[in-house]
Amino acid sequence: MSGLRILVPVKRVIDYAVKPRVNRTQTGVDTNVKHSMNPFDELSIEEAVRLRERKTPVQEILAFSAGPAKSADIIRTAMAMGADRGIHVQCNEGEELEPLGVAKLLKKVVEGEKSDLVILGKQSIDDDAAQTGQMLAGLLGWSQATQASKVQIEGDSVTVVREVDGGVETLKAKLPMVITTDLRLNEPRYASLPNIMKAKKKPLEKKTLKDYGLDTAPRLKTVKVTEPPARKGGVKVDDVDGMISKLKELGAL
Amino acid sequence: MTSANPALRHQVKRIYKELLYMGKDFPQGYDYFRTRLHKAFMSQQHIDDEEKIKKGIERAEFVRKEIEALYFLKKYRTLRHTYDKF
Repeated sequence: MSGLRILVPVKRVIDYAVKPRVNRTQTGVDTNVKHSMNPFDELSIEEAVRLRERKTPVQEILAFSAGPAKSADIIRTAMAMGADRGIHVQCNEGEELEPLGVAKLLKKVVEGEKSDLVILGKQSIDDDAAQTGQMLAGLLGWSQATQASKVQIEGDSVTVVREVDGGVETLKAKLPMVITTDLRLNEPRYASLPNIMKAKKKPLEKKTLKDYGLDTAPRLKTVKVTEPPARKGGVKVDDVDGMISKLKELGAL
Repeated sequence: MTSANPALRHQVKRIYKELLYMGKDFPQGYDYFRTRLHKAFMSQQHIDDEEKIKKGIERAEFVRKEIEALYFLKKYRTLRHTYDKF
């Protein structure tokens, strides 16, 4: 085996520190704010780089993103963190892909680039769908390990510790496979200025959806986007009797 | 303001630029960070002893690492509060 070819898809999302606001027409959120890389995707890049640093034979780390022109910056960040090259599939603003569309696209990329390990973030912090990894594994017919908190590779067998409700689960599978990352997998490094500068020299391929010849027409229709109801303030009661009558009033007793 | 050692001068400028770049993500905003960073560096401009300049660069490196850690923790905590309800 000549070494792993790892594919790491990343997404450009609204920065985690920004509070999203619904736009006036209630069709979506205001996108004219600071964007950055999806934090869960940072974890997957970091894990790919750490696999290489742990002397696992890694031939190549390929960062991939599909989105508007500015997604290229996110791929640069990924390359600053340690990816070797990038592919950017450009789509127009407002024509974002759905998880199924992304999974189909990734399948084509995996086949084209002969990747044998795909590390994705478990979900993006904007749509919170948590579907792409699973759909990709299904389309490819590969093993999948979601919400990984530890990844070990020996030869072509992969041991993944994953976080499940109420504990952890250890999975063993053969390559090729799909892994999605959970929050406690590692501590992503900071993409420093010198590394960003160096990343500008790394190759970044630009493609369009047409190059892959896919039907990615949206299957879902957003009817309306609204803010969650504001939290109502509590009331102070004078004494125990007051509290009990209040509880009765609310039907809790 | 002529520095005795051009190599050190270059190093100081480099770490200053790096810190400035990091300041774009600072929680209190870039302007808050930039004014304070500038002040911190200007307060040291009279130093012309090479050893002391090296100490200063080391301190700047330390601050850089601290800010990196701050960003990581802030992100981790925000995500934890968002996704882990315990």
